Amino acid sequence: MSEASYPEDLKYHPEHDWARIEGGEATLGITWYAQDSLGEVVFFEGPEIGSEVTKDQPYAEVESVKAVSDVVAPVSGEVIAVNETLADAPEAINADPYETGWLVKVRLSDPLEADSLMDAAAYAASLE
Amino acid sequence: MVPFAGWEMPVQYDGIKEEHIAVRTHAGIFDVSHMGQIEVEGPGSLAFLQRLVTNDIAKIEIGGAQYSLLLNDDAGVIDDLFVYRLGHDRYLVITNAGNHAADLVRFGQIARDFDVYARDASLNYAMLAIQGPNARRIVENTLHLDLPPRMRVGARQVGRRPAIICGTGYTGEDGVEILIDPGIAPAIWTELVDAGVVPCGLGARDTLRLEVCFHLHGNDLTEETDPISAGLGWACVESTGFFGAEKVAVLRANGTDEKLAPFLIEGAGIPRQGNPVMLGDEVVGEVSSGTFSPSLEKGIGMAYLRADLVEPGTEIEIDVRGKRRAARVSSKPLYKKEI
Repeated sequence: MSEASYPEDLKYHPEHDWARIEGGEATLGITWYAQDSLGEVVFFEGPEIGSEVTKDQPYAEVESVKAVSDVVAPVSGEVIAVNETLADAPEAINADPYETGWLVKVRLSDPLEADSLMDAAAYAASLE
Repeated sequence: MVPFAGWEMPVQYDGIKEEHIAVRTHAGIFDVSHMGQIEVEGPGSLAFLQRLVTNDIAKIEIGGAQYSLLLNDDAGVIDDLFVYRLGHDRYLVITNAGNHAADLVRFGQIARDFDVYARDASLNYAMLAIQGPNARRIVENTLHLDLPPRMRVGARQVGRRPAIICGTGYTGEDGVEILIDPGIAPAIWTELVDAGVVPCGLGARDTLRLEVCFHLHGNDLTEETDPISAGLGWACVESTGFFGAEKVAVLRANGTDEKLAPFLIEGAGIPRQGNPVMLGDEVVGEVSSGTFSPSLEKGIGMAYLRADLVEPGTEIEIDVRGKRRAARVSSKPLYKKEI
């Protein structure tokens, strides 16, 4: 998508990552701002299913032609799914960062952590 | 925009992949005004350049162009250059922005011993590179010019200003580089872009040159690397007596411990400069340039490898931030145009 967008139903981490919290699980990805700064994503390799991600720590890398960037976990948990379609079509992270461009799903280890994340308005304000 | 050797340079306009593909299939334009120029004039020009740079300057006819290296006394590469011969005793040397100041010092020191006048002409010229299979046709039609052939240079009038045009480039595609009065460069850029030439930034310049294994000074060439290890023995003619010739002759005769070789990643992963090259548990080299190839859609690079491993087909591994990526030594160029 060419226009900046920050959906209301997501929680945001200052390192430009989002989390969609649904019960005890969360889907994670990078924000419009992150993909726009990075440029065309040409490579994403997710963590292993069953591995643990830790809030504020990198858990994967996204690469554009020019640069590699860490993806930071907005929440902690166990990886229960990785978006396998990105292996062949990493450009989905640019085209649709909040839907088809999701990165991983985790089972939350501490659901209260999400309270420290920003809402869409606060995140958008932080970019200005 | 990013700072680059004192210049503000665009990494990309619309996207590196699109720009890259535009140059491979159509035509792209690069603002390479950061490249430096040094004018060399006078009866001692030939003798001066023979002493200063590695290739055989006597082989350049008037209107010819030649790739050459500037070495330190220990045969380390200070810069790689293009030498254009504009007249009988008149040459124009094209330098890299990051090395231009060091080049000028070296030129100045050596010029004292010759009947020659060498001066910095960088501010006199903007430089535009128009590259791609359709580049020549569009430049000819848009600017109403008759262009010099590949590796030839000629003086022309562009927008009623004197210009120097050369059939050279850094992409592996046909095309020209235009040296022009900086005042009219923006107008020429706009005219060519309006004619369909795609604006390209530093990012695509890097992926294009690496696909065809052109060296980048600062990555594949440094003052710590010598021309023989770098595979540039062809650009060194020791009989011309250039600075560093004795050392180059010894390296050429005895061989070097390491050699620069291109490689392709076999599966996933993008190699980057500085990644170790592994054979089992042993470090056998280091990546000097690495990127994602938009043409081949996989990781590519060049690495300084132990000299016994540079045979095309040799299996190696690249340690990309702790992950081993299978790779295979390749022949040059990594990207070959389909016929």
